[in-house]
Amino acid sequence: MATKSLKARNNDLANTQRQMEILSNGIFADGELPTFANKIKETNQLPLRPKKLEILQINLGYMCNQVCAHCHVDAGPDRKEIMTIETMQQCLDVIKKTEAHTLDLTGGAPEMNPNFRWFVEEASKAGIKDFIVRSNLTIIRANKKYYDLPEFFKKHNVHVVSSMPHWTRGKTDKQRGDGVFDKSIKALQMLNEVGYGMEGSNLKLDLVYNPSGAFLPGDQMALENDFKKALKDDFNIDFHSLFAITNLPISRFLDYLIASENYEDYMHSLVDAYNPAAVENVMCTNTLSISWDGWLYDCDFNQMLNLKVNSKVKHISEYNEELLQDRNIIINQHCYGCTAGAGSSCQGVVA
Amino acid sequence: MSKTYYDPADLRKFGKITEWNEELGNKFFDYYGKVFEEGALTAREKSLIALAVAHTEQCPYCIDAYTKDSLQRGITKEQMMEAIHVGAAIKSGATLVHGVQMMNKVNKLDG
Repeated sequence: MATKSLKARNNDLANTQRQMEILSNGIFADGELPTFANKIKETNQLPLRPKKLEILQINLGYMCNQVCAHCHVDAGPDRKEIMTIETMQQCLDVIKKTEAHTLDLTGGAPEMNPNFRWFVEEASKAGIKDFIVRSNLTIIRANKKYYDLPEFFKKHNVHVVSSMPHWTRGKTDKQRGDGVFDKSIKALQMLNEVGYGMEGSNLKLDLVYNPSGAFLPGDQMALENDFKKALKDDFNIDFHSLFAITNLPISRFLDYLIASENYEDYMHSLVDAYNPAAVENVMCTNTLSISWDGWLYDCDFNQMLNLKVNSKVKHISEYNEELLQDRNIIINQHCYGCTAGAGSSCQGVVA
Repeated sequence: MSKTYYDPADLRKFGKITEWNEELGNKFFDYYGKVFEEGALTAREKSLIALAVAHTEQCPYCIDAYTKDSLQRGITKEQMMEAIHVGAAIKSGATLVHGVQMMNKVNKLDG
């Protein structure tokens, strides 16, 4: 397993243009598979348009203490991109004036941003209904300065959404690095101890599952039941919901698909599983993604492909919700990942 | 790549068998779909049975399909291998139990 990001390895796929070429050529250019645009055109959903803005997803930086095999952000300890306090302030100005009800902080490991706690404290005063922090769990055990994160989350009633690839050590460590499983288990227990994830608790703790290889996630409810039983039986851990997320064919997962000669089969699987009903609720229709340097994107995946919003307003400093809502969402073949089967979003299935 | 009897890409064409006999093909797929619906057995249990049978039938397409299906359902590799051993045990048991027939015949002929 690699210990550096694609960028640090000077991997060809660190170049987003190269990723776009791969996604646009081959099986899609020769007509073996229909392009996503043509697919949604069949159901009169082209162009894809935003609905009411509900979620602001803010990426606080690409720095992370882990180097997960399938990370679509290409995050890692070597990534230095981090949101400044000035950009955070611009985000806060927007949070105060938008009617979006959910704030979703992600990374990298968002907690590694030195101004993370200040930002959470300021943003939590803004009356956001659901305040999500996407935590990789191990950060809570990475260093003493993070040990009190569960208490900090509790104090601000943060909704913790944590990655947990599998209930077994082998599969988790294979995807996320040696020792990740044990640290994640310890972190979950710490979150439980302060009241997170317990039945009836309003301290929400949800887990995110994404497949460990070139296959799609199974039924979300069945997986949730399996996770709940195994984590309870083996470690006395409780959590609320499991979100099953499909790996999108970009960045490190695209690199893996190509290196393992699974790319074409995987794209066939996505296209075969295409579900028009999922298009209606893909996350880009109610979410806006803001990068560490303040650029605006339709979703986290478009951010990683450097596909800025198709609008006159492209940066948080010039935010104008009315203008932003009047745009066409940028799509490409990777969007099949969000519309396969029951669909996929940062909140799990959508159809 | 040299030509082989089995091409993994042919699995994706399975649905096309209806093109040469729509009625029977559709009846098969309706039946097949119904069999794998959640019932008295869970979909996960059915997937493991299918994986074991895929091996005893030595169907490479079925092995590919139900290995992937098992992974999607979160089934571990240890569970998958155990299911295959169940299939293998039945297969070898089925061979060996016919040894009784052989023994009966020997006893009758060579009393």
